[in-house]
Formats: sequence, C-alpha cells, structure tokens
Amino acid sequence: MQTKPTFHPLGDQALLVSFGHEINLEINEAVYQLYATLLNDAEPCWTDLIPAYNSLTLLYDASTLFKKYGQSPYHFVKGYVATCLASLLPTETRSARSVDMPVCYHPEYGLDIVAYSKKCSISVRELIQLHTGIRYHVYMLGFLPGFAYMGTVDKRIAGPRLDKPRTAVPAGSVGIAANQTGIYPLQSPGGWNIIGRTPIQLFDISKEEPSYLQPGDSVRFYEISKSEFEEVSSLKSNKS
Amino acid sequence: MSMLILKAGLHDTFQDGGRKGWQHVGINVGGAMDLASMQVANIVVGNKPDEGVLEFTFPAPVIQFNQAALLVVGGADFEAKLNNAHLVGCKPFVVAAGTVLSFATWKQGAYAYLAVHGGYELDDWLASTSTHTKVKAGGFNGRRLLKGDVINFKRKAREVNTLRIFPWYADVRQFMQESDTIRCVTGIEWLWLNKSAQKDFCKIKFVVSKQSDRMGYRLLGKALLKSKNEELPSAAVNFGTVQLLPDGQLIILMADHQTTGGYPRIAHVASADRSRLAQRAIGASLYFSVVSHQEAEMYFMQQVTHIEQLAFSISFRLKDVISELYEQSDN
Repeated sequence: MQTKPTFHPLGDQALLVSFGHEINLEINEAVYQLYATLLNDAEPCWTDLIPAYNSLTLLYDASTLFKKYGQSPYHFVKGYVATCLASLLPTETRSARSVDMPVCYHPEYGLDIVAYSKKCSISVRELIQLHTGIRYHVYMLGFLPGFAYMGTVDKRIAGPRLDKPRTAVPAGSVGIAANQTGIYPLQSPGGWNIIGRTPIQLFDISKEEPSYLQPGDSVRFYEISKSEFEEVSSLKSNKS
Repeated sequence: MSMLILKAGLHDTFQDGGRKGWQHVGINVGGAMDLASMQVANIVVGNKPDEGVLEFTFPAPVIQFNQAALLVVGGADFEAKLNNAHLVGCKPFVVAAGTVLSFATWKQGAYAYLAVHGGYELDDWLASTSTHTKVKAGGFNGRRLLKGDVINFKRKAREVNTLRIFPWYADVRQFMQESDTIRCVTGIEWLWLNKSAQKDFCKIKFVVSKQSDRMGYRLLGKALLKSKNEELPSAAVNFGTVQLLPDGQLIILMADHQTTGGYPRIAHVASADRSRLAQRAIGASLYFSVVSHQEAEMYFMQQVTHIEQLAFSISFRLKDVISELYEQSDN
C-alpha cells in the first residue's frame, strides 16, 4: 500500500476510510482486504459496509455503541478500524469469477452508440472492438442494486456523460462514463452513454445473492446479434 | 383484521427502520423518511420501534377499517378525521368495523405515519418490510398503495361497538419542535467551497424545491462556488449528505438515496435533525447551522434518550388497553 489510510466522518454515524485518490487495482485490493477483515469480525460494530474504488465506509448505530462503550461512537469506530488495519486478512478467500457477458450493440439497444462513436471520432465497429477487446475488473457495486462499476476502458472510447441524463434507461443497458463501463440492472434514470444491452438478468430478488456481478469479478463483453438478443430475451420471459 | 384503501394518496408506502447490511451490493436502505415519528407511532400502539408502518404524504389516503384495532397517526399534520371526529396526532384510538380515516387538509409537515398494534402483514425482503419501489419488493407487493388494496393486520382484536379516541397523546414537542434551522456537520469536500460560499452556506435561506422526493430534497438558493474542480471517484453517501451539484445548487440525500455518489459532499445533516428535515415540505425554507461532530453525536443521544423515556412511560398506560382489546398473544 502506497498511502497510509486516512479517516473521515461521513456524518455523525459513519466513518469513511480513504486509501488515496487514484483508481487502481492495488488501492482497490487494499479496500477489499479491510472489507474481508471486518466481515470476519465476530461482533460487528457496523450496520453497513460500503467498499468503493478507493474507500471503505462503515455505517454504525451510534446509540448502541454509545450505550455499550460510553465514549464518542466515532472515536470508538476509528480505533477499532485502526486495529483491523494492523492485521489485515488476505482477500484470496473471495471467489472472483471470470464472466463472459453477451451484449447486443445494435443501435436499437445501444441508444447512444452512433452519436458516441462520432464523439470519440471512431467508427461504431471500432468502438465495439475496443469495448469487447479487454477484460474489465469489477471495482465496486453501487448507485443501483447490482450496478457494477467496471474499468478501465480504452482511452479512445472514454468520454464524458450525457449532457442531459435520461429519465429512464432500460434494464440491461451497457454504458460508458469516463473510463468506466457498467450495466444498468434495473430501469433507472441515468447519464451514461448507452452503447448496447445484455439479455442477462443482473439483479434477481429471488436469489440469495441477488447481484449477478460481484466486486473482484473480471468481465469480458462479447457481441451478439439483434436476433440472438431477442431470442434469449424471449426465452427468459417465457420462463417467468 | 384488515383495512381497505377507499382512495389512494399520492405516495402511500410501508416503511420500517430500513434495509440494513446490503449497501455493498448497491441496495439502498430506504425506510421511513421521519424515523423518529415512525418510532413514536409504533411506541404509542405498543410495537417495537422499527415495526413497518404506513407512510403517506398529502394528498393522503382514505382508509376503512374492517375490524377493531388499536392505531395511531403520527408525523405530519394533515388534519386527520375518524368518521367525522377530529383526531389529534400521536393520540391512540380504537376503531370499530366500518370506521373511516380521512385527512381534510394539509397543515404542517410532509410525511405522516399510520401504525397498528401488532403491525401489518407485509412482504419481507432481506429482513426489512420497507417498500423498494424500484426493485418492486418489500411492503405491500413492492409498490405504493392503490384504491381497493386490502392490507391485513398481524393481530386480531376483540370486536368493539364504537370508535374510541384516547384522552392522552405522546408529547413529542421536546424533541420534534418545528424549526427551519437544520444542524449539520461539515463533509469531506467542505473545503472545496470557497470562503464566501462557506459563509453563505451557514447564512442564506434555502427552499425545498418541487424536485424533491424520498430520494433527495433539491434546494433552491444562491449558487455556491467551488474553489476546486476535480472528478471524484464514486464513494459512499448517507441519509442527510448535502451534495454540491455542478451548477452550485444543493441536494440533500434522503431515505431512498443511492448508495454511492460522485458529487462533492460538503456537509451532512445531524442524525438528530433528519426527522425535522424530512418534515420540511416542498416550498418550505431552511437554514443550515454547522455544529461540531461531537455536538451532533450528543444531540442524537438526547433524541434517542427522549424516545426511550417516552416508550417507558407509555408502556404502562398501554398495558391494560392491549390486554382488554387483544387476546393473549401466542408467543
């Protein structure tokens, strides 16, 4: 780890541990090491843990902690996390998978693919090749249930968000924002450039682990045709 | 042991203390907008504080009860009426079969709560009955209520012939007094505001805009200028986080906020003032006052203590009422 983690309150019932400002695999690994260490704890003092690119946030119930330890809940949690940081568990235990994700890049589903490739000054074909050309790392889940932030995309197809966010991005939409790529698991408002859509269901409340993608997974997109997409989609809707 | 929605309100959803422990997969906590009022409502009818309750705004629903039950209305004041009788908030009442609860007009606040003794029969998703409308899970079929919905109660009461409103009510004034001053602590990106914007934040009036809902309250006010302009990698945000939007306006994240965000977090509303903030309806004004982190922790402890004291004193008053009205519990 290059930088020493720093502590910041996120309001009066949360502590954010910052591992630096950059986005890279090493820092993200440090985040998940602390996450794994805290999860291993027998008597958790937190109600929620939120790992992100380069930070981990602990939410806690201040009244419970105050009654139990009689001091400032923030100072207690800070001391507690500092101890955990001194004896981090390795993250080998997490079962990172290699996932292949089908995407239909047809403009009917890739709502912005034509405009966006123009913005990047490349052809639609090149954009698809660049997007499917590398494996992406799932850095974190956030924003929406099951929304995986993946990176990093090739510089040539990294670009700013839409000037005006859509009020309803369809579920399964694959987008790019800056050097990140992600998939909307549910219909939602959103400002990412939509370049395609996957027929895979990314969030399923009937499952014990409702999110299909998990942090640490590595994802490679591959292109499917419009008819393949529609075939898989109709199979899915027949099943339910 | 049920109630029928004769007329749906604008946004009637069941909410409890929230869906905790799932933010790492992007599932937001949700839960009641005004947690203190929800807890008090539960306490007044003898429930555990985080039992699921009906949360509604104005226009409010019209509800008919099909059988006797002990209930209470808390939170915002929409001038509640039981049949034709005027009903004061935080005052428990026992309905008879056929009693109708309606709300005459908006008077104060934004979110009101209806709690029933024993609780409602609701869908549970990930250990919470809060309605997640986006995922369509929890609460009543994962959605807001519609005309004709029938919601069952968990406990069956003995039949009564007439409606009864109790003479006492839960006095919440000492920790719920209406005020337009919202206390907050500074956020990680507070110093991104230039000096005069920091001063403005603590001084100027903000108004809750029409684009406000359970996800966030967007404020209207003088644009606050940044002295720093960087891209922030997405990280956690919280109920009460005050974010600075690119145009210099503010949004305060509320119960249904997304788990992570990338806008500068310039402040966080003190936990003790979340309820007061939630009750600032669209068009209401507010001012921020910055307090120390330790003060904010202390205010929250005081609020918790007040609610616990209230629960303690009410439990004695309720004992006989409940044993008279409800058959012995199985457990």
